[in-house]
Amino acid sequence: MTSEPLFASGKTSVNGKGLALIPKTDVKQGLKDFKSDQEVRWCPGCGDYAILAAVQSFLPELGLRRENIVFVSGIGCSSRFPYYLNTYGMHSIHGRAPAIATGLAASRPDLSVWVITGDGDALSIGGNHLIHALRRNVNLNILLFNNRIYGLTKGQYSPTSEIGKITKSTPMGSLDKPFNPISLAIGAEASFVARTLDSDRKHLQSVLREATAHRGTSLVEIYQNCNIFNDNAFEQLKDPDVRDDITLRLEHGQPIVSATKAVVRAANGGIEVAARDSVSADQILVHDAHNPDPSVAFALSRLDEPAFEHVPIGIFRSVDRPSYDTLMAEQLDDAVAQQGPGDLSELLMGGDTWRIG
Amino acid sequence: MTKQVQQLDRVIIRFAGDSGDGMQLTGDRFTAGTAEFGNDLSTLPNFPAEIRAPAGTLPGVSSFQLHFADHDILTPGDAPNVLVAMNPAALKANLPDLPRGADIIANIDEFTKRNLQKVGYATNPLEDDSLREWRVHAVALTSLTVKALEDFDLSKKDAERSKNMFALGLLSWLYHRPTEHTIKFLEQKFAKKPDIAKANIAAFQAGWNYGETTESFSVSYEVKPARLAPGVYRNISGNQALAYGLIAAGVQAKLPLFLGSYPITPASDILHELSRHKQFGVRTFQAEDEIAGVGAALGAAFGGALGVTTTSGPGVALKAETVGLAVTTELPLIIVDVQRAGPSTGMPTKTEQTDLLMAMFGRNGESPVPIVAPMSPSDCFDAAIEAARIAVKYRTPVMLLSDGYLANGSEPWRLPEVSELPDISQEFTTEPNGEDGAFLPYKRDSETLARPWAIPGTAGLEHRIGGIEKADGTGNISYDPNNHDLMVRTRAAKIAGIDVPALEVDDPDGDAKVLVIGWGSTYGPIAAAVRRIRNGGGKVAQAHLRHLNPLPANTGDVLKRYDKVLLPEINLGQLALLLRARYLVDVISYNRVRGLPFKAEELAGVIQDVIDSDQ
Repeated sequence: MTSEPLFASGKTSVNGKGLALIPKTDVKQGLKDFKSDQEVRWCPGCGDYAILAAVQSFLPELGLRRENIVFVSGIGCSSRFPYYLNTYGMHSIHGRAPAIATGLAASRPDLSVWVITGDGDALSIGGNHLIHALRRNVNLNILLFNNRIYGLTKGQYSPTSEIGKITKSTPMGSLDKPFNPISLAIGAEASFVARTLDSDRKHLQSVLREATAHRGTSLVEIYQNCNIFNDNAFEQLKDPDVRDDITLRLEHGQPIVSATKAVVRAANGGIEVAARDSVSADQILVHDAHNPDPSVAFALSRLDEPAFEHVPIGIFRSVDRPSYDTLMAEQLDDAVAQQGPGDLSELLMGGDTWRIG
Repeated sequence: MTKQVQQLDRVIIRFAGDSGDGMQLTGDRFTAGTAEFGNDLSTLPNFPAEIRAPAGTLPGVSSFQLHFADHDILTPGDAPNVLVAMNPAALKANLPDLPRGADIIANIDEFTKRNLQKVGYATNPLEDDSLREWRVHAVALTSLTVKALEDFDLSKKDAERSKNMFALGLLSWLYHRPTEHTIKFLEQKFAKKPDIAKANIAAFQAGWNYGETTESFSVSYEVKPARLAPGVYRNISGNQALAYGLIAAGVQAKLPLFLGSYPITPASDILHELSRHKQFGVRTFQAEDEIAGVGAALGAAFGGALGVTTTSGPGVALKAETVGLAVTTELPLIIVDVQRAGPSTGMPTKTEQTDLLMAMFGRNGESPVPIVAPMSPSDCFDAAIEAARIAVKYRTPVMLLSDGYLANGSEPWRLPEVSELPDISQEFTTEPNGEDGAFLPYKRDSETLARPWAIPGTAGLEHRIGGIEKADGTGNISYDPNNHDLMVRTRAAKIAGIDVPALEVDDPDGDAKVLVIGWGSTYGPIAAAVRRIRNGGGKVAQAHLRHLNPLPANTGDVLKRYDKVLLPEINLGQLALLLRARYLVDVISYNRVRGLPFKAEELAGVIQDVIDSDQ
């Protein structure tokens, strides 16, 4: 069993090695190790169950000491998530989980810190914290459950609801243009941005695998169905008749295609979707998740408008950038190297002093 | 020419000028020289919130008042003996505070027609005899400075900028201040611009020499060093002392310090200071907003750090929800509120004591928070350690109520022996505390009612906490009515049971009928007023509250021991409300909310009135 000292410095370069500073276990773990004794209390049929099961069965794969994993959430249906995992956890307040997790992760590089949030929590009340966490690149995995509705407050429109959404608070239709979480994250300088689907466990886990391997902030948007207030919001992506046509799988180094569509360069310098059989193989855009220039990733994030004609799923962007906690720890190390370890007497005696008596 | 030297026991100088004139720097340097010389001192910077208000206008006036003496003093002084006025606006803004007979040193170069008009002077007060009741020294500070710097390769504008150093040199001569430190300071400050350093030093020395040679000043003054308690001293402001106190608290608690903060006047200097001491393992996080600042501090506390957030009133308002989360998750956290004039943005650079009730009650639900208030700039050091002691021992957020007057004011500080600082460390919980190896995060210490602090990384103690009500013991979500009632009462009992020292009363003869009680930064003016009363043969007792929640156990007894209780506050009676409600004592409030500290003379008058009305 490796063990890192508490408050370990982040001196080692760990770019691309998201778990390098987190102590490993030599105990074989299974799904049951990550289940807490609390009864799960989401509505029957909620997409959150599938995500919880996917995460619980994924975590053992990381081989981390369970006590070094922390889930922090805000407020909303999804934010009950930490109660159901037998790790450390904090169910905090509305929108603030990224801020709380930032303080925790910045001071404890030896922890695997996860943020569980929803579209209202992350993009409405907590929008400011989300974008700043992303630009700072603290070592966090942020799972944004996007069901495009407010569930816990019983069905008001959310910042990702489509314009014209009829809800309890918008009987004549909502007026505001929704956020596209992927575009927002890329615009906020995020170093890792992905989208996956609650019902596709294999894909969801593959994205989590990459997200945890990434040191820095990873933002994973999970399309999640709210069967009570916004049922079938993502049905096209699940319907066997159309899903293969509209789902554009993003895999690094692979052409971006669905069963019938392909992404190509447009004449105006952007990108567009063409019928796959109308273009030659060398015209199809090959996905480069590691491109330092975010413009193509951003363009890809805009492809799902108009809604659900074609939807990119997978990792839009994954680039190496020093994580905030590492840089912060390096500054502490540098300060000690330059000035020696802190000495309280010396500190107090600094400046102009004089003696009496 | 040999000039007369007059002995004084104390002097109050006020430097006043445009906010771009460098008055704060001038005051700081004069203070450093005075501290080095060994006088007791107390300072009051007073400046506009605007960084560069329109030049030459009344709102743009910035001032720095320094009181120094050959004995121990408690306040920056009521009224200046000397006003240095760098322009007509500075004269006009400060003249009402200046007693007849005081000295005015005015920069005559700036008394131009245009500048006079700007502040509504029809004629030049330096020439029209309107200042005949003061001793006016009209000095051409600007042109003398420019002349002194003729040999330097400087533009006229750059040369003029050194006029504050000329003024500093003149005042240093006038009051026999040592010069070495100022020269060294200028060399260091402008190390990368040696020409500017030399020019400033030349201006400083020219000012000194001017005093020595001019006939305008026939007398210079000497204030002997004060006889203070033996020890090593330094001059320190409240914000700096508070930052040092937090660092010391981290060391004494054996916890890494984590500061989450968003810049706000007048608290930002604490962030600045702490960010310079990373060699202590201090992490400073400049957050995207006030809420993130406290959120990050709480997250760090969950991870085992000493979490701190620093702010002023508007920031406390924004942090309230997170403080409530800290109350219910029962994690240590320090919220530093450097109070300023409100409501809303108010007057950011002016002082007030108006956040007491917000600190006490400004959260949803029954959400008790301990409150500690320092009473002088140097006391901010000890108060920070005390706040940390309570936070760590009782696993609770603690409000530390400083204010703008303490934050920017300074005084000599007798340095504590580090070995004598209290050990405030607590052990993290590392073992299960329930049956069959279970961990109960809300099973409390029977004495303190504190819950275990088990931090991530501790095997076997994985647990979840949050804002939803928790079942006693297990910490699991609970909506049980009786459990909620129990938890509300338990959280209240925990805070009410915090061990705070008894309230001490200063009543030399033990037969005073009137008690004057205060809290926070009013200590200096109240104590100075009490001295005046006693020097005049009057009797008055004094007590000062450092812990506002919980109040010392003997507070009620103390209040009831006196016929009359007077409580001066820089608010409309916030502590008075608490004391009246709690102890049913008919407290007499004295309230002024002018953005400035009380004056000793003013309070002495109030105390005398209360004594007289008692007879």
